Amino acid sequence: MVNFLIKRLVLLIPVFLVVSAIIFMIIHLVPGDPIDNIVQIGSTPQQKAALTAKYGLDKPLIVQYAIWLGKLMTGDLGEAIILRQPVSSLIAQNLPHSLILGSLALVFSTVVGIATGALAAICRDSWVDRWVMAVILLGSTVPSFWLGLLMILVFAVHLGWFPVSGARSWSALVLPVLTIGLGGVALVARVTRVAMMDISRRDFVMMLHAKGVPPWRINLQHILRHALLPVVTILSLRIGWILGGAVTIEYVFARPGLGSLLITSLNQRDYPVVQGCLLMLAIAVMLGTLLGDVVQALIDPRVRERTG
Amino acid sequence: MALLSVTDLSVFIGRLKPLDGISFDIGKGEIVGMVGESGSGKSLTAMSVMGLLPLIGGKMTSGSIRFDGIDLATLPEPHYRALRGRRIALISQNPMTSLDPIIRIGAQIDQVSILHLGLSDAAARARSIDIMQQLRIPEAATVHGNYPHQLSGGMKQRVVIAMALAADPELMIADEPTTALDVTIQAQIIQIVVDLVRERGLSLLLITHDMGVVAQACDKVVVLYAGRVAETNGIDAIFGEPQHPYTRELIRCIPRHDQLRGSLTGIPGAVPSVMDYPSGCRFHPRCADALDICAGAIPALEQKAAGFAACHAAINAAGKVSAHG
Repeated sequence: MVNFLIKRLVLLIPVFLVVSAIIFMIIHLVPGDPIDNIVQIGSTPQQKAALTAKYGLDKPLIVQYAIWLGKLMTGDLGEAIILRQPVSSLIAQNLPHSLILGSLALVFSTVVGIATGALAAICRDSWVDRWVMAVILLGSTVPSFWLGLLMILVFAVHLGWFPVSGARSWSALVLPVLTIGLGGVALVARVTRVAMMDISRRDFVMMLHAKGVPPWRINLQHILRHALLPVVTILSLRIGWILGGAVTIEYVFARPGLGSLLITSLNQRDYPVVQGCLLMLAIAVMLGTLLGDVVQALIDPRVRERTG
Repeated sequence: MALLSVTDLSVFIGRLKPLDGISFDIGKGEIVGMVGESGSGKSLTAMSVMGLLPLIGGKMTSGSIRFDGIDLATLPEPHYRALRGRRIALISQNPMTSLDPIIRIGAQIDQVSILHLGLSDAAARARSIDIMQQLRIPEAATVHGNYPHQLSGGMKQRVVIAMALAADPELMIADEPTTALDVTIQAQIIQIVVDLVRERGLSLLLITHDMGVVAQACDKVVVLYAGRVAETNGIDAIFGEPQHPYTRELIRCIPRHDQLRGSLTGIPGAVPSVMDYPSGCRFHPRCADALDICAGAIPALEQKAAGFAACHAAINAAGKVSAHG
């Protein structure tokens, strides 16, 4: 298992280098640059060139990348051009909000998703299954920003149970967590259900019945355990999405977070901030995948041996 | 009295009737071979006796299955479950897929004795290792902690057999236990099973399509064809004077070393599909001895010498013999 972990971590190094290069280059594909946003109206081309040189944006892209990567190795993400703060402190202000929201939403969708998916699979073709699947279909087709607005309308405006927006209290987390989480619930429940139904047709399950094992134990101790393998894959891919892709939800609920920071700085072409945010998301995706692999290896001995 | 008595068993899957009036008995300590080509209903008969038809969408519509005086057809599921793995055990066809791939071998064997005999984990482990040693699994204690993918096919099948033996069953059903294995270990596995069954005085229903295996191992044979019993008789009578033309064809298909090269034979034609069974005797389109009546009337399973056969020709021939005699 330790071997397995070390191997996976070493594999992440080239991935990280490639990803960092892409992150650095991609922002330069967007037309415009941050200097356009800070030069005063009526400045001369010379003044603009001086500013460009000040932030090192006049150098060839590859040189800029080398400088950025060099600083990155020392933990320095650079200085925000527009926001005039170290990028690391901007991220430090915003990341915790995203982490709390993301991890709560992930836990919610994991627990509720697996439970409902398993319930539907165990009661297959009954009214329980049909109702659960209908609700889930609804949940997975409704866009999350619209669901968020609906939640605000019902639970915050009409019922007044939770705050409409912001991040000042724990209760402000409930609606955004539910909004992001419900999409995950639908996904996880569907994967769980399909996997369980698929696995229940395998020979070894028939053999378990032939051994006289009670159905609830077959379902929970054997079938569900197998069904967790695809569920873990789905969840680990979702970690990055939840941290950064939940930006629409952060907007709807006017919450600070990595997603909001990213969108703001993208609009202003604040290169160092965009690069820093994307880097955080890339790291989240990589760690998420690693976590998924580790959990799979814990569940399935064959995975352990293949890579360990 | 027979330990297992199947009478006129018919099974529907949807609107199809893959088993149509199957009858046979297994006595205490008896090894009964069940033969027939693929699709003749052998495995379905095993599923019926195990009470696992609902898993494959099957339904027993008539007949009875009695095990040690218990009517299995009307037995409530919880009682049936207490019987499965405890008094009636299954050795499945494919050891590669019959074990849970992410659970240790040992836990899968222990499960049976913990569940049915109420043993503690430690006692179950000791018992499993003991059974594994009887099945000549080398380093049983180590294998007990292995995962299925670490074992060869032959070892996996021994593990499946160990699971079947774990709660000391009275009846074992082995559904083509060696089909998925290399030819070199097939005989070995059959021998191990037969020896154990004889030693412990168990009853065994050995499902196979290999007449050679039947000749070696069985006391009695049930020949199935297209969901019906063609013939059933003692081992010597089946090979000595087979009554049903299908049985004769099966025996003729056993390859022999003194056969001329290139003279390997099969039975012409193919097993009819359950969607489209022929009228009358289902074997008549492939039968060399078919009479006019065979296409029209279903032959009843009638007493013939020591056994039973369902064949118009055999019964007519018998009539002639008695007329001459």
